[in-house]
Amino acid sequence: MWNTLALLVPAFPLAAAAVAAAAGWRRSTAWLAPTAAVAVIADGVALSVRVLDHGPVTALNDLVRIDALSAFMILVIGLVAFIATAYGVSYIRAELDHGHTDAAGARIYGVLVCLFVAAMLAGVVANNLGVLWVAVEATTISTAFLVGHRRTRASLEASWKYTVIGSVGVALAFLGTVLVYFASRHAGGSGQAALNWTALVAEAPRLDPGVMRLAVGMLVLGYGTKVGLAPMHTWLPDAHSQAPAPVSALMSGVLLSVAFYALLRYKVIADVTLGPGYLRGLLVAGALLSLTVAASLLIAQRDYKRLLAYSSIEHMGLIALGTAIGSPLAISAALLHILGHGIAKAVAFCSSGEVLLAEGTTEITGVRGLLAARPLVGGTFGLALIAVLGFPPFSLFASELAIARAGVADGLGWAVAIALVLLLVIFAAVVGHAQHMLLGEPAGELEGHHTPRAAGAVLVAGLLAAAVLGVSIWPIERLLHAAARVVTG
Amino acid sequence: MSDTVYVQLLDLAAGLVLVCAFVALWRRGLVAIVRALAVQGVALAAVALLLGLHQHDLETIVVAVLVFSLKGVVIPRVLLRIVSSSGESREVEPLVNVPASLLAAAGLVLLAYATTRNVVALDPSPETRAIPIGVAVALIGFFALATRRKAVTQIVGFLLVDNGIALVAFLATSGVPLVVELGVALDVLLAVLILQVLVSRMRTKFGAMDLDQLRELHD
Repeated sequence: MWNTLALLVPAFPLAAAAVAAAAGWRRSTAWLAPTAAVAVIADGVALSVRVLDHGPVTALNDLVRIDALSAFMILVIGLVAFIATAYGVSYIRAELDHGHTDAAGARIYGVLVCLFVAAMLAGVVANNLGVLWVAVEATTISTAFLVGHRRTRASLEASWKYTVIGSVGVALAFLGTVLVYFASRHAGGSGQAALNWTALVAEAPRLDPGVMRLAVGMLVLGYGTKVGLAPMHTWLPDAHSQAPAPVSALMSGVLLSVAFYALLRYKVIADVTLGPGYLRGLLVAGALLSLTVAASLLIAQRDYKRLLAYSSIEHMGLIALGTAIGSPLAISAALLHILGHGIAKAVAFCSSGEVLLAEGTTEITGVRGLLAARPLVGGTFGLALIAVLGFPPFSLFASELAIARAGVADGLGWAVAIALVLLLVIFAAVVGHAQHMLLGEPAGELEGHHTPRAAGAVLVAGLLAAAVLGVSIWPIERLLHAAARVVTG
Repeated sequence: MSDTVYVQLLDLAAGLVLVCAFVALWRRGLVAIVRALAVQGVALAAVALLLGLHQHDLETIVVAVLVFSLKGVVIPRVLLRIVSSSGESREVEPLVNVPASLLAAAGLVLLAYATTRNVVALDPSPETRAIPIGVAVALIGFFALATRRKAVTQIVGFLLVDNGIALVAFLATSGVPLVVELGVALDVLLAVLILQVLVSRMRTKFGAMDLDQLRELHD
């Protein structure tokens, strides 16, 4: 029974995709994706309980394996997918009403979003690292047309850059995977099992360090491209700002973290074979560079969706920093950061979609007095920005604090100090832009788009979840620590 | 097939993969570039076939057939369709001119040999000795991506990277497990098809497939 439940994880959104392809976008089928997300969350909770009490669940001859880390990622993906797709129902309806898209466009959106979620879930339940790679590349393929959904010049440009840079970057990760397979075969592994994460962890002390050094370098460059770590981040602001809001929410909220999850898996192997210093150096460099890029491009940012995209680069930098530190506290904090950032960024991007529908522009200067004109959207957008900036009571505050403490305790105090200075710059920049958008007198007339109640409820619920996790992590505490132990060994 | 013949044929096929990468950089005509890529796909399939025959491994022979049909036939056809429907047949002016490109590619080959020393040293068999060729082809692909400005030549760059990595996979490990190989093949095919659709959309929007048109998004 448990292996069926494990296989069902990616099967729910796949089934939703099949129905959406057959039936098209209708009032009833629009809710398929959020329903599938709820099913994934329920399945994820059941699997978490099982994994915590009885150890990992495997299926399909060890091709699929769910441990605490996988279960945690299933929950993150499920939660963010629910927020994004539930909001997407009203977003696509509004786009149809405004004539920005047509029935065919809506159908393609419905199918591809479900395939996208299924690909991410397949990646985190896979034990075989080759299958993980295939799943990550499948996310690029399923999102390429979603980025170009609006078919404007700009979205076409973003879509092209995203597909080319994403595919080529991930190709490097494939070279890394091949080299790991080569090393594994020489350490005694054979056939398909030689690429299984469990087998590689067992063989790690016997893997050839010279080959692994090259392989891990390729993997960091390749998956780092999908994570959006600087200097491989150039596609990210374009794609995340051009995609429709629910897709931006999914891409920023979970896709980046799923790519990072691949690096977490390889960290376990690399730290045994090469010692912790090698990957740590690469990750610290990527983290500080990402924070620097985010800070410098946020200061004079003119587009609020790009602002959110650069903030994602910032948060991926923080997660990389936490992973580089590598102590149990730091890894738990990085994982909590993945969850908190996923929820907060999903709400922020969905709210930005409402702002775009209402104001018709993504220019920061084009939006004024949002709180007075549209209290609901202004409120969720403002609170989501506060959450993303790492204010209490939201959980990003707790995780950032824990990463900083772990860094100081573990001899990376200098890196934490640099990160904190950059966070201060980012803070000042974002607050300045947010003030302009939220406060003051509304410029235009108040007609136009009204946020449906269901969409508003989803966004408020997301903010509540982020706040609850910031006050106390008890609902996920055991799972979080068990997941961190998977990484720290 | 005796061992010496096997090694000679293997080196010949691997060498042909590298030569095709140079031809793709050297030629200006888009059709000629796509042809070079098709020949490269066939050479890659030959490498897989030789490995399969030598090791009496049916799975690798199946993969060889897959590679031949995908990289030798289907993908080149898709690319030719893009070229013929665009009406443009030449790479106008690469950012780095052709002689300099070829020199840079020669440098990349040396770089590939330098970086893969550890890999070859782990198991100096005839197969692993040819691994640097795969890495070199992938690096040349990156170079083409960075310096060429036509949509088709960018896709060719992407495919050179992919072929180079596939060559490394065959030589190092007789190919990744079949499940993974199938997934990878599907991913590459879909990526190329997506890029084809994007090119045709770009042509209706911009009236050209020159990537210099892509300069709307910036900070």
